[in-house]
Amino acid sequence: MEINTDKMTLRQQMTQLFEQHQPLITRCDTPSVTRRRHEAFGVFREIGFPTTRIENWRNTDVSKVLEHDYHYYLEPAYDEKVDLDRIFECNIPHLKTEMISQLNGWFISGNGSSLHRRQDGVIIGSLADAFQKYPELASEHYGKIAFDKKNGFVALNNAFATDGVFIYVPDNVQVEMPLQMVNIIHHNESIFVMNHNLVILGKNSSLQLVQCDDSVDQQRSLINTVTEVFVGANASLDHYKLQNKNDVSTLINTIFFDLQRDAHLSTNAITLNGGMIRNENHVTLSGTGCEANVLGVYLVDKDQHVDNQVFIDHAHPNCLSNELFKGIVDDSARAVFNGHILVRRDAQKTNAYQNNKNIMLTDKAVVNTMPFLEIYADDVKCSHGATIGQLDDAAMFYLKSRGIGEDNARMLLMYAFAAEVINQIRIEPLKIRIDDMIKKRLRGELSICEQCVLHCSSMEKKIKFDIDMSRV
Amino acid sequence: MLSIKNLHVSIAGREIIKGLDLEVKAGEVHAIMGPNGSGKSTLASVIAGREGIYDMTEGNIYYKGKNINELSIEERAREGIFLGFQYPVEIPGVSITNFMRTAINEIRQYRGLEQISAAEFLKLMDSAKKLVDIQAKLTNRSVNEGFSGGEKKKNEIFQMAMLRPQLAILDETDSGLDIDALKVVANGVNALKTDDNATVVITHYQRLLDFIVPDFVHVLFDGKIVKSGRKELALELEAKGYDWLKD
Repeated sequence: MEINTDKMTLRQQMTQLFEQHQPLITRCDTPSVTRRRHEAFGVFREIGFPTTRIENWRNTDVSKVLEHDYHYYLEPAYDEKVDLDRIFECNIPHLKTEMISQLNGWFISGNGSSLHRRQDGVIIGSLADAFQKYPELASEHYGKIAFDKKNGFVALNNAFATDGVFIYVPDNVQVEMPLQMVNIIHHNESIFVMNHNLVILGKNSSLQLVQCDDSVDQQRSLINTVTEVFVGANASLDHYKLQNKNDVSTLINTIFFDLQRDAHLSTNAITLNGGMIRNENHVTLSGTGCEANVLGVYLVDKDQHVDNQVFIDHAHPNCLSNELFKGIVDDSARAVFNGHILVRRDAQKTNAYQNNKNIMLTDKAVVNTMPFLEIYADDVKCSHGATIGQLDDAAMFYLKSRGIGEDNARMLLMYAFAAEVINQIRIEPLKIRIDDMIKKRLRGELSICEQCVLHCSSMEKKIKFDIDMSRV
Repeated sequence: MLSIKNLHVSIAGREIIKGLDLEVKAGEVHAIMGPNGSGKSTLASVIAGREGIYDMTEGNIYYKGKNINELSIEERAREGIFLGFQYPVEIPGVSITNFMRTAINEIRQYRGLEQISAAEFLKLMDSAKKLVDIQAKLTNRSVNEGFSGGEKKKNEIFQMAMLRPQLAILDETDSGLDIDALKVVANGVNALKTDDNATVVITHYQRLLDFIVPDFVHVLFDGKIVKSGRKELALELEAKGYDWLKD
């Protein structure tokens, strides 16, 4: 089923679609999911898509993006047995992951089963199937924390999304091999994609999760992904987002994390390319003793736009949160950072740190950064900072005075700038690969990547600048 | 080796160096002394090719017989000029090994040489470390990040040992050093001295010159060299100060 009516706005189209196609939209639902859809749709009907009149959308204007015609599919528009290997191959050397694939937001099964329970009890598969097979897990968690009355994208996603990735890690299970979620956008027309992922970590469990967003062609697309992540007591999640999309893609990526007592989260957003990318991280610390590290690095050029929004809710005492976002902004690209830390009255002994650092390489580059602390407890340690600058003149002189030329001196300084975030990647093959990608990106070899961030057929070119000597 | 003729340099329209001449020959050690604000560090930066805030309004700098007025900072470095910084810059995230290897390879490429092999590089680094008594750990750290004053200055001489310049300008290399570190630094500089290279030591105090013995001492005052002499001049300055040279 598709709709493509030229005269209506996207908001009107979606409204009509929702009202006319209830059976299709709710075909996999349990009653509680359907209820949530209607609630969410009510929010969307009221507020619509975000505009720049809304404070945290002030610097990210999606109106142009919404003007385009998109095809929205209510069910997969292709043969589900599509040979994924033919269009996409992840080739990070030595990176062993269990791959979980989505094509245009629909779960693709690699092994013939759209939902499977492993021997260790871990359940991986399609959200649509999980609603039916594990209603107590999937339905109960769907839309539970991804609820934002002020965000039309989230509301629309909750109303419409019928598929996505479902991951469940039972209590006390340590998942050794990282899981890798890949959402590939590949279509012969402009599409609007809404998928919804649900990740549940039981008590004392641990997981490494890599979430890749890639496009494999040059088609325009609008992707509105919502991911809900529940991290149980004393569980640990190590999460990475890799974003390398074509210049006409818009990616609205909203993640809600809920951390129970003593839970540990590290999430790292690595943005290498994309037309417009908005990463929203909502982190709720729902118990004492939690730790959340929210990191990001972005390298944008041309006319790209990247927006990182972080909201951390310190609701309980003795938690630590640490935000570090670093960006290099070239040409007439724009970067936005909006960090909001809320320390509630009972959240004593909170440690919360926030930092956003930017290097602007041209006069036309734009950076808008807004660190923001809202503190109601009196015994806390909080800090925030933001810097916007050019490459340091004194450092350039120092490097050049040793014989290093302009290009390499700039490269060294930019690389060093980004390395602070890259060095915190704890999956070693991924770190080495990202390191390579960043170097390529800084040299301009990746600016128009015809394939995904992880699918660079050409290996590192031999050049005189070789950063790997740090191991000597 | 180095010949400076009638050098004039301004910073933001204010003349700092006002007609300076200097001749340095291979195998020589020169000391340039002078009070604060006399233009010593400006001279060092301008020889190294720094532009921007420094405006060279008049004069010529010749190096190995060639006018280098138009050469960039990195070209001068590749030609063999080295500046030891008074305030070495901290560069977080760039390891010293990576920094030095990049520098050496760019210099070698400029001179039409092959890239340095890993083995050769390691050997060179080992000997340079020994020269200034640097512990192995130092080289795995980011350039100057979190270094003490002494470590930073040792690191400058370490870099000098790695790059083997023909002309080294050492800007206040003694400032902030205790006597032990001063000896280490001075020994390093002395060990690198040959008949083919030259060293210009810029300093406030005579103390350094007990360890790095100069062939010539120049007094820089208000942008000009007002007196030149042998090493004894340094002792005289130590005893009398700079005031007697004012007129």
